[in-house]
Amino acid sequence: MEQFAPVKRSKDGQPVRYLVVDDSVFARKNLVRIIETFGGQLAGEAGDGATAITEYDRTNPDIVLMDITMPQMEGIEAAEKIVRQHPEARIVMVSSVGYQENIVAALQRGARHFVQKPVKPEVLYEVIKYVLGEDATVSNAAGAGA
Amino acid sequence: MKMELIQPFINAADAVLAEGLQCSTTVGSLSMEEEAYRRKGVAALIWVTGDIEGRVILDLDPQTAVRVASKFAGTELPESDTLVRETVCELANQVTGNAITALNDQGFHFRVHPPILHTTDGAKSSEDTEALVICFETASGSIFMNIALRYNRRRQGERAMAAGQ
Repeated sequence: MEQFAPVKRSKDGQPVRYLVVDDSVFARKNLVRIIETFGGQLAGEAGDGATAITEYDRTNPDIVLMDITMPQMEGIEAAEKIVRQHPEARIVMVSSVGYQENIVAALQRGARHFVQKPVKPEVLYEVIKYVLGEDATVSNAAGAGA
Repeated sequence: MKMELIQPFINAADAVLAEGLQCSTTVGSLSMEEEAYRRKGVAALIWVTGDIEGRVILDLDPQTAVRVASKFAGTELPESDTLVRETVCELANQVTGNAITALNDQGFHFRVHPPILHTTDGAKSSEDTEALVICFETASGSIFMNIALRYNRRRQGERAMAAGQ
């Protein structure tokens, strides 16, 4: 898999920490592999919206990658609840259902961006850099390929 | 069954498989199914409700599922029942989600339900929800998609009334 120039936190130079939320273990594993190519670190995983909320409180990640269609509590509702408690939360919705109403609903409820599945690593990489803004630096470490 | 409902699913499957497998796909066979659905391998079913309702089934044999999972992951994965089930469900999720996105852009509204494993041989198709079975030939093996969709008549009536007002 392609390696990208590592994205680090500006404040301490540490890897960006991700909370990955998807009801599919397969999808979560693929996302984890992708964020590792960005130099990211897994802070936690959740398989539904309700667990995502408790995992956010527990891990305080820099970025949440959140699926939309999930059992028990869907991603948009979970995103809204997280942002209500943590206005600084950076949530990127990652879903195969990418129609405009869904995207608008997610953004209105506090998500920062949307990426459609199947996830293209180069697209997610650009979105992560955009969402983190000045809170991230891109390292020019050896081995960077993008 | 209306082709305008089917084409977005064919396009979505083609796009998702091409992206994930990094290869081109071809439609190997296409047939209408009137009898109860017979699984060919491990199958995931997704219900769709709204302006259009019905279900989509994606069906792969376990060896194909492992090859597909490995391609998606970019690394060789060992075969396990969990991996096979997860792969089939996520593939169904991505294909249906992408197709629904295209249909939504045409003005149809729905809700997509999470994928579930299709463990029985399913109910017989009714006359207005006849199923179309499409076989996609890929470098990783054959992938079957079984689609049974119909317009929601109540929603159609409501839309017609709204348009007439």
